[in-house]
Amino acid sequence: MSKDNEILEELTSREYEHGWSVDYEADEAPIGLNENIIRWISSKKEEPKWLLDWRLKAFEQWRKMDEPTWSNVHYPKIDLQSLRYYSAPKQISKSKKISDIDPELLKIYERLGISLNEQKRLQGVAVDVVLDSVSVGTTFKDTLSKLGVIFCSFSEAVTEHPDLVKKYLGSVVPATDNYYAALNAAVFSDGSFCYIPKGVRCPMELSTYFRINAANTGQFERTLIVAEDQSYVSYLEGCTAPQRDENQLHAAVVEIYAAKDAEVKYSTVQNWYPGDKNGKGGIYNFVTKRGICAGDNSKISWTQVETGSAITWKYPSCILKGDNSIGEFYSVAVTNNYQQADTGTKMIHIGKNTRSRIVSKGISAGNSQNSYRGQVQVMKRATNSRNFSQCDSLLMGDQCGAHTFPYIDIQNPSAKVEHEATTSKIGEDQIFYCNQRGISSEDAVALIVNGYAKEVLNQLPMEFAVEAQKLLALTLEGSVG
Amino acid sequence: MLSIKNLHAAIEGSPILNGINLEIKAGEVHAIMGPNGSGKSTLASVLAGREEYEVTEGSVTFKNKNILELSPEDRAREGIFLAFQYPVEIPGVSSTNFLRTAVNQVREYRGQTPLDAVKFLSLMKEKMKLVEIDQKLLSRALNEGFSGGEKKKNEIFQMAMLDPTLSILDETDSGLDIDALKIVANGVNQLKSKDNATILVTHYQRLLDYIVPDFVHVLYNGKIVKSGTKELALELEAKGYDWIKDELSGATV
Repeated sequence: MSKDNEILEELTSREYEHGWSVDYEADEAPIGLNENIIRWISSKKEEPKWLLDWRLKAFEQWRKMDEPTWSNVHYPKIDLQSLRYYSAPKQISKSKKISDIDPELLKIYERLGISLNEQKRLQGVAVDVVLDSVSVGTTFKDTLSKLGVIFCSFSEAVTEHPDLVKKYLGSVVPATDNYYAALNAAVFSDGSFCYIPKGVRCPMELSTYFRINAANTGQFERTLIVAEDQSYVSYLEGCTAPQRDENQLHAAVVEIYAAKDAEVKYSTVQNWYPGDKNGKGGIYNFVTKRGICAGDNSKISWTQVETGSAITWKYPSCILKGDNSIGEFYSVAVTNNYQQADTGTKMIHIGKNTRSRIVSKGISAGNSQNSYRGQVQVMKRATNSRNFSQCDSLLMGDQCGAHTFPYIDIQNPSAKVEHEATTSKIGEDQIFYCNQRGISSEDAVALIVNGYAKEVLNQLPMEFAVEAQKLLALTLEGSVG
Repeated sequence: MLSIKNLHAAIEGSPILNGINLEIKAGEVHAIMGPNGSGKSTLASVLAGREEYEVTEGSVTFKNKNILELSPEDRAREGIFLAFQYPVEIPGVSSTNFLRTAVNQVREYRGQTPLDAVKFLSLMKEKMKLVEIDQKLLSRALNEGFSGGEKKKNEIFQMAMLDPTLSILDETDSGLDIDALKIVANGVNQLKSKDNATILVTHYQRLLDYIVPDFVHVLYNGKIVKSGTKELALELEAKGYDWIKDELSGATV
């Protein structure tokens, strides 16, 4: 093995930081998946009948569906009957007020570096924390409600704002959209809801922090963001999970609705447990994220930094229905050890003069496989549509793989679609050059990787960008020595 | 300052350096000349600690430390600087950010406090003048899309920022037009002091018109076969390297 590879080997073999778990008494559904379980979840959450019916319908459809096999990831079949579909800490408070949260649960978030104390927190970020199947609490609710902004757990929204939920739930990602989305629709337990009224520019970042704690439990949450005419919101999502030998399933759905002149910016730093050095354990992350630019001149921008999960299957997409609407997708996906990622986006141009931009930066190290899969579709009516896609791959070592699967479907001759792709390797030359200036190999890799991912990291809100930079370096630590 | 004794080095088993002996004192400028393939660049790489070269025999001490035991970054932190013949590009990383990381890691090694942004920028300004480098170049990604001359200027600028005790310039003159050569040479001359030393690795005498060496060594087949003062370089220029080759083969006949 060359020096280069030894260095990479060492840097990529670093331990996961958030791998601990805590014990608490949980309110759990029996193991297994059937109609009764769905009824059990729905009644546990005291849901209205229309929602139970919606779930049951999704479940019925799901049973007729097959697990997709087209993606470039390989894993043993998941036994969905062996999982638990609901687990909630018993000491959860009904009020969801931060002051009522059990101190034991607060400690979990303190340990993760997320302070829920509104006074101590950085001003400018409101957070909803989801632990296993339920939302634990949401900060800054009162401040936001003065502006008419609704930011709460999904369950709360079902109770407090049923008309809004009913109107938008499943409007972007239909209950039967795909295998995992249908499963989610049947068994989803909680998530975040946010609604920005007409003309309001949300004054703070809204964020949800997902944590899986319980073993052998799937996490199925839904996020629904509705931005009315001329509104703006920036939304952040973070996630971690304990280190366990068994694989855990996370199948989430995110729906974004942007009305006329509205803008939604959605950023994710995904740091689910990736499994150990030998590929044992880790989260299976099968997520459906989609936004619709329903109104003219609206804009949806996805930014994701994917560092975790054993398997990532995720394609945050934009349906550009309104004329002049804009869709963006900025992604850094890092895979190390035996991680597999198949991620990308779909940009569907329906309206006139719609524009989309895709910047995907894959980084593969160890024995991992990293695939970009993207679709650009220009419909008949979408005159003068533009798309620019850039897909870069960076390889570290010689045991990993990078793959690009672009699909382009153009039905309007005035469309302009550009696709650029590059593949490069972190070279011994680059590392030696840094070394010769006094920079250690680990810092050299961090520097090179962050430089490579800069265009995407620049899209993240400031405090998130710093975290993401550190995370990139951490994920690759040990792959260079 | 630097003492090289009987240095042998090989790459993938084939020997390149075959017993180099060289003593360099503070304040001196040494030029190492020689035909292509004589081992000039290898010597520079071995001193900087490039891993693909295996040192098979001999010793190198720098400021009384055996540097062959040190990692490349520690050699740099001890004060050895290599101006690369082909500086690499690092996309997305600005020269400023790169240098700040470098300067502060070197400072940390030497037990100094890191420079804050203000101090760092004022140091940069001061050194920029020295090598006549444009601010715009430094906010761009390191060496990315730089012309040959810009890359070499940037090397000298980095040298100025890191303030090394021993600078090794590996064919810094190659690919430079006369104006760029003058600027680069002027930078090197200004950085010269009684406390530091410079090794110029070059193929041509041209550079030595601008940076006057105290000693000139001719490297051939991995050995220093002739040493002298700057007149030796002129003689080489006039007679060509064949002169050395002939002289050597004559000696062995």
